[in-house]
Amino acid sequence: MLKVLRDLLRYDGRFRLAIILLGGVVAMVLLSYDSPYDPGKSFVVPWDLPPSREHLFGTTSRGQDLFWWLTFAVRNSLYLGIVTAIISRVISVLVGLTAGYRGGWIDRVLMAISDTFVVLPLLPILILLSFLLRDSMNLLNLAIILGLFGWSFDARLIRSQVLSLRERSFTRTAIYSGTSGFWITINEHLPFVLPIVFATTLNNILWSIGMEVTLSVLGLSDLTTPTLGTALFWANQHGALVAGVWWWITAPAVVTAILFLGLYLLFTSINEFIDPRTRLRLIGG
Amino acid sequence: MRKFILRYLIPRIIQYLTLIFVGITVTYVIPRLAPTDPVEAQVSMMIARGNTLDPQSVESMRAALTDLYGLSGNPVEQYFAFWGRLFRGDLGPSLNNFPTPVSKMIGQALPYTLRLLIPAVVISFIFGNLFGALSSYYPANRALNVLEVLGQVVRSIPYYIVAIVLLVVFSYFIPIFPFSGAYPIGTRPDWSSIDFILTYLEHAALPAATLILVGFGGWFVGMKSLTSNIISEDYVVYAETAGLSKNRILVQYIMRTAILPQFTALAMVLGTVFSGALIMEVVFGYPGIGSLAIRAIYNNDYSMIMGITIYSIIGVATAVFIMDLLYPLFDPRVRYQ
Repeated sequence: MLKVLRDLLRYDGRFRLAIILLGGVVAMVLLSYDSPYDPGKSFVVPWDLPPSREHLFGTTSRGQDLFWWLTFAVRNSLYLGIVTAIISRVISVLVGLTAGYRGGWIDRVLMAISDTFVVLPLLPILILLSFLLRDSMNLLNLAIILGLFGWSFDARLIRSQVLSLRERSFTRTAIYSGTSGFWITINEHLPFVLPIVFATTLNNILWSIGMEVTLSVLGLSDLTTPTLGTALFWANQHGALVAGVWWWITAPAVVTAILFLGLYLLFTSINEFIDPRTRLRLIGG
Repeated sequence: MRKFILRYLIPRIIQYLTLIFVGITVTYVIPRLAPTDPVEAQVSMMIARGNTLDPQSVESMRAALTDLYGLSGNPVEQYFAFWGRLFRGDLGPSLNNFPTPVSKMIGQALPYTLRLLIPAVVISFIFGNLFGALSSYYPANRALNVLEVLGQVVRSIPYYIVAIVLLVVFSYFIPIFPFSGAYPIGTRPDWSSIDFILTYLEHAALPAATLILVGFGGWFVGMKSLTSNIISEDYVVYAETAGLSKNRILVQYIMRTAILPQFTALAMVLGTVFSGALIMEVVFGYPGIGSLAIRAIYNNDYSMIMGITIYSIIGVATAVFIMDLLYPLFDPRVRYQ
């Protein structure tokens, strides 16, 4: 594991950049535990101050220090992303392993369902769902909903891996020595697909944070919780751009962009490292 | 031909029907999971807002709502009634603009969304693939490498953020593009006047740019990774040794092979692109389906949200189906099966 990290750091510029960007994000998360302001309170500082040394990202029209407020937003958005990723990983691994190993009609039914979820326009469905659940919407519920919708593409990816594993000789050896299908999948196949599961986890975190931003901007999430999406929602509500408070929009947008770029670079870098063909090109063997 | 129908056409039709069936069933099930009685909540909200409605139209609204939520009869009857309404194209009246039918309002907004979405998807697909292939064929080209980094950066960021950044930069700090809308407030759409079409295009520039930028990066990266293996294939090396022109090798030998999975990918991301277009419209105040959706959310217009969801599912499913039908034109293996 350490050797992998060292190789990636040495040979992949994207990985280094990703570590720097995500390091900044993690620092913000940690700082939130030492915030001088309570994010739930408004009018604790003078409002509409542009960025300065005292208020790094300026202050909002609601009298909040934007930098410290965003530290909570980043923390909550990451929490949402991770919970969503865990839920959808469990589903996609189960569906992918089962479909790939069992084959036949189970495979066909599971893949028909997952193909449907890949193609469906999820945003309108999520709008409908969050609209109806608006009163009971909190961060955890949103994470569960996103988790239930975000597994389909990766299930297909895992299935295609298992399809090739199934033809390998060690699977046949296991079958002939009387191992049950369940144990073959868990003990023999799961370890092979774990690297992909890890890479897709990053991608899924990206997707769910993006969805949260989208739904919050539409006013469909719990707007009292600071997240990257609700930051933009409140800025829009107060007409930040029209009022000339441009930093209220710009700061969350830039922080979101940094978080996304960091996770995305980490994802592509790890993804290429997993694939032996691209790894050879990357570090030369 | 018979083989083509059996092996290709019938599975695609089944897939199309499954997609619509699952999508519509999901929208049928969701309201039933909501903890409150949606009909009474809606009716009391309409009355509380002080809308002057005579008792008769309140009653017809309650009936429409009960019907819309599909709450009359047992669940099986409800489910069939729900489908019955869909087949008649009757999605009920908009609760906010009672009694204008939802279908009519969506019909008015849809052209705006499509006039942005279709050109943007086509442009980003063509240019993304072209430059992606160029960049793997000429790996030392500086400009192409810069383009790749830019594409990757933009691609990873959500539509909303890209849109808001473009808006802040190009109509706030450098005000060269209009702030919102599809044409200036107070103008009437007049498709015969050049001036109107020009302002229309000016207003569409930033929204279209958002969609194109995000899409471009995806196609670029996809095409590059697909072609990176093809450029060292024997038949490409042979074509090079035979002295064929570089352009011909690139287009007819390399891109021709790699474009097929890209078409499949296009069908798969249509739903995401459509969702992106909705959110982009909200940022730019563009009068398409996305703006209709946000107004419906603010006004608690349930039937409109339901209508948009159903239309989106059917629309995306149909677009994917049409792409599947066109696919044999590009892939001879399907044609000559």
